[in-house]
Amino acid sequence: MKFTLSWLKQHLDTAASVDEITYALTDLGLEVEGVEDRGAKLADFTIGKVLSAEKHPDADRLRVCQVATDEGEKQIICGAPNAREGITVVVAKPGVYVPGIDTTIGVGKIRGIESFGMMASEREMELSDEHDGIIELPSGEVGDRFVDWLDENDPAKVDPVIEIAITPNRPDALGVRGIARDLAARGLGTMRPNPVPEVEGAFVSDITVSIDDDTLDGCPAFFGRLIRGVQNGPSPQWLQDRLRAIGLRPISFLVDVTNYFTYDLNRPLHVFDADKVAGNLRVHRAKGGEEIAALDEKTYTFQPGQMIISDDNGPESIAGIMGGAETGCTEETVNVFVESAYWDPIQIAYAGRALKINSDARYRFERGVDPAFTPVGLDHACAMILEHAGGTVSSMISAGAVPDTRRAYRLDAARVQSLVGMDIHESEQRQTLTALGFKLEGDMAHVPSWRPDVMGEADLVEEVARVASLTKLQGKPLPRLTPGVPKPVMTPIQRREQIARRTAAALGYNECVTYSFIDQASAKLFGGGDDATMLENPISSDMSHMRPALLPGLLQAAARNQARGFADLALFEVGPAFHGGEPGEQHLLVSGLLVGRTGPKDVHGASRPVDVYDVKADAEAILSAIGTPAKVQILRGAQDWWHPGRHGKICLGPKKVLGVFGELHPRVLEAMDVKGPAMAFTLWPAEVPLPRKAGANKGALDISDLQAVERDFAFVVDAEVEGLTLVNAAMGADKTLIEDVRIFDEFIGGSLGEGKKSLALTVRLQPKDATLKDADIEAVAQKVVDKVTKATGGSLRG
Amino acid sequence: MDDLKAKYLTQIADAANEASLEDIRIAAVGKKGEVALKMRELGKMTPEERQVAGPALNALKDEINSAISAKKAALADAALDERLRSEWLDVTLPTRTQRRGTIHPISQVSEEVTAIFAEIGFSVAEGPRIDTDWYNFDALNIPGHHPARAEMDTFYMHRAEGDNRPPHVLRTHTSPVQIRSMEATGAPTRIICPGGVYRADYDQTHTPMFHQVEGLAIDKDISMANLKWVLEEFVKSYFEVDGVDLRFRASHFPFTEPSAEVDIRCSWEGGTLKVGEGDDWLEILGSGMVHPKVLEAGGIDPAEWQGFAFGMGIDRIAMLKYGVPDLRAFFDSDLRWLRHYGFAALDVPTLHGGLSR
Repeated sequence: MKFTLSWLKQHLDTAASVDEITYALTDLGLEVEGVEDRGAKLADFTIGKVLSAEKHPDADRLRVCQVATDEGEKQIICGAPNAREGITVVVAKPGVYVPGIDTTIGVGKIRGIESFGMMASEREMELSDEHDGIIELPSGEVGDRFVDWLDENDPAKVDPVIEIAITPNRPDALGVRGIARDLAARGLGTMRPNPVPEVEGAFVSDITVSIDDDTLDGCPAFFGRLIRGVQNGPSPQWLQDRLRAIGLRPISFLVDVTNYFTYDLNRPLHVFDADKVAGNLRVHRAKGGEEIAALDEKTYTFQPGQMIISDDNGPESIAGIMGGAETGCTEETVNVFVESAYWDPIQIAYAGRALKINSDARYRFERGVDPAFTPVGLDHACAMILEHAGGTVSSMISAGAVPDTRRAYRLDAARVQSLVGMDIHESEQRQTLTALGFKLEGDMAHVPSWRPDVMGEADLVEEVARVASLTKLQGKPLPRLTPGVPKPVMTPIQRREQIARRTAAALGYNECVTYSFIDQASAKLFGGGDDATMLENPISSDMSHMRPALLPGLLQAAARNQARGFADLALFEVGPAFHGGEPGEQHLLVSGLLVGRTGPKDVHGASRPVDVYDVKADAEAILSAIGTPAKVQILRGAQDWWHPGRHGKICLGPKKVLGVFGELHPRVLEAMDVKGPAMAFTLWPAEVPLPRKAGANKGALDISDLQAVERDFAFVVDAEVEGLTLVNAAMGADKTLIEDVRIFDEFIGGSLGEGKKSLALTVRLQPKDATLKDADIEAVAQKVVDKVTKATGGSLRG
Repeated sequence: MDDLKAKYLTQIADAANEASLEDIRIAAVGKKGEVALKMRELGKMTPEERQVAGPALNALKDEINSAISAKKAALADAALDERLRSEWLDVTLPTRTQRRGTIHPISQVSEEVTAIFAEIGFSVAEGPRIDTDWYNFDALNIPGHHPARAEMDTFYMHRAEGDNRPPHVLRTHTSPVQIRSMEATGAPTRIICPGGVYRADYDQTHTPMFHQVEGLAIDKDISMANLKWVLEEFVKSYFEVDGVDLRFRASHFPFTEPSAEVDIRCSWEGGTLKVGEGDDWLEILGSGMVHPKVLEAGGIDPAEWQGFAFGMGIDRIAMLKYGVPDLRAFFDSDLRWLRHYGFAALDVPTLHGGLSR
């Protein structure tokens, strides 16, 4: 919403400066977005009078002038043809910046004669393109500031333009008068009266209006007057100046009047060329499919139920949104029908959204104009038309009735103070509301018709608070719900998330945050991409579906980094994935991705391609950090985006999957343009059981001082026998004595023959009661051999 | 006897290695060594002679033994020195590389925010990212026709044919979590809700996903003055400055009444943000007293309880604090960006140790 200072002053009697006004506006909740103050750069120009003007001895076109200024008589050399004795001029003394020539005036010598300043033209002060000569003022006292003279005599030239942002709750501030009212309530001046003009109807309009019964809820009231014999043409200069200042193009007087009242009093109007209206006007609902060529030179098709103003020829106006081209006013219009109607905000909002029209009228009607002002606004417009364009006006015709929006809410002064936390006296509260147009009866505040947003006591609080100025608010400590040292605030899952994240980073992974939506093809590769997780209005096809997993986002990130020349990547993300489109159909995941080598080539030969055991180690480290029990199963058969032979599920039982690690399927990588191979893991932190015991006690440490003994075994087994089978079998050989079993060597094929491999185990025995004797060790060793061979069908390697 | 001593001490001093030292030891103090032989002769001596010769021989034996030990140590030292002279490494060579992982600024800043609000008594609430339009809009006093609803650029979920429920939305703010939290715990309450939110907007300064943290405090007599204190304390603590000016500007949000936008005093000298000094004002959050209708929607009686709510962008305050220029880069996962703007795994923000280093 834009307006000029002088426009504001038409409604507000104030001596406040632009700075004071803009500060107050922002503070009141009418946030100033910009101020264009053309006068500010002319602040140093003063008025002078040419006392004498002699020809320069060495230049025909220059004159040596003696000029009276606020600093006494000054000699100024001037080249303007109109520089002569007796004229009142605008002087820029040395040191003054002249915007039109982008120069700061200095003392100079022109052809040997000193000059102490400059007399300015309009162009030099960026007031207009006028540069035929220096300004000659018809009045003005020597030494006065030129801006003050302009302000007095030609305010449009330096009228500051203020632009404010209007929040949706303040339709009343979409008119300059509403803004003035806020400022007056703040104490920045007093409201000037805006009396209802007397418009005497000289005849009865031959155009009438009807509203269909089923349309009365959308158009409760419609008023109009016919004016005959107007002379349309350009608007008076002051009106053109105002419209131009706020960025509107003056069109013709009749049209400009409607725009003017839209901005001045928040009263959108429409003018029909009465001679182009066939028969009478009827407000009704569209059947659907009707078309109209609108004033924006586009054709719109109505959907069923949208409101139309029609005449005998069909639709002539998109009700409350935009007029039709057919009956629009032109320079030739002589008979005009002026419409002022009240439209239901919700219906206008829906229709405007559906038709995709953003007009000033829609903007205001959908936020809510003052219904009670509907006929009054009509008379303001008619009075202005009669004054400037002549003609005779009909009596007011109407259909429907202004809706009754009367309501009152209790002003609880103590509650206001309690909510705001400021000491605002009850009398001040009442004064504020009164200034804003509320009528107070006892403690009931009657809401003015122009404030549709005020719908309860809380809204009164807001009015009082914003006028009192929240800037003055002083902070007061908020007591905690419980005194003393605060308790931890994170839930176990939140802590897990944090620990998983920091463990992954400690393991050398870089955390990514990728979008929650991805393209359908990528989503499908990871079990998603169905309709349930589809967005109705994605911003692009790359972001059409909620992600079913974190890996596709990480793979896309990997592809982007590979394209930038980074081949060795360790990326991870912690965040939600979506298994459905209902609230709650999301689950927390931790995923990591390794691509390329463990690091760049190095002198130690330590760099190698990443492999499945890297991600297995990292997955286990993170699971361990978030409290996974030591004993887990590694099963196969995870989803098909994993390499079928190179992945494992980390499980507590066949149905309790805590995580999956492995190599990603080459086809998935190819589809996602990632140069593989790629290793990855995905963990489900919420699946890890919560610890059963409460408390921090770690339990007693049970250790033995007796020396542990390690024995190595090598078994030859079939190649597809899994190491964990051997380990579990060996562990089972003596559950009290065997502390640990580790696989330390694997050898495949060779002298063992096709399909065979050798696995070497170290078994660590920890006696608890007595030192182990050779016989004890032999006995356990034999049990290990028996158990392992039985479990695997293999044999001890000879 | 002195000859004997001189002979062996000379030999020991001249010994070139451990082997010759051992030979000397055997020849001198071994079982059949010269000193031992002398010892045997003691028996033949008179008691008087023995009293003199005995201790002298023992002393001689001790002296030779310790000379041998000293020489042995000296030889070992020399040998070690000799070995070390040959053992030289180019320590300027690079190490085996270790990947250095990083924490994303959004995670780091979320933890910072949580640490601060935990200190002043707020706990952390979470909720679904896909939510019903009731939780996202209606419960927050944003009815279907409200202009704010169109302005929010909401993402809607697809509705299957025949499913006539209003479409679910990707939450446009974390406010629905406030409603769910009120429903779950009632009043009094102090919570913050951090998390990802979505709006259909993509340009220089907008991404279709970003992160918010909202706060909610409900009690019998909470006022906007308490809100201001909480935000002042937060801003001071978060930006790690001693003092900061906050300016509350009246504004409008459907879910709060009165509402205020909050600016902090700052300077942008040299393109760097300095909070707490200068003449500029930077808008960082929206806030207000919870609208009675919102309390009602959350199942809390507005006649009995009142409170405040506020919300700000996590990504935005991360950009401001850590000088990150472009929001879009947060979600691009450029390795160079992750390394530069990321945080070390062990840089856990705490109030006792400091939020940043």
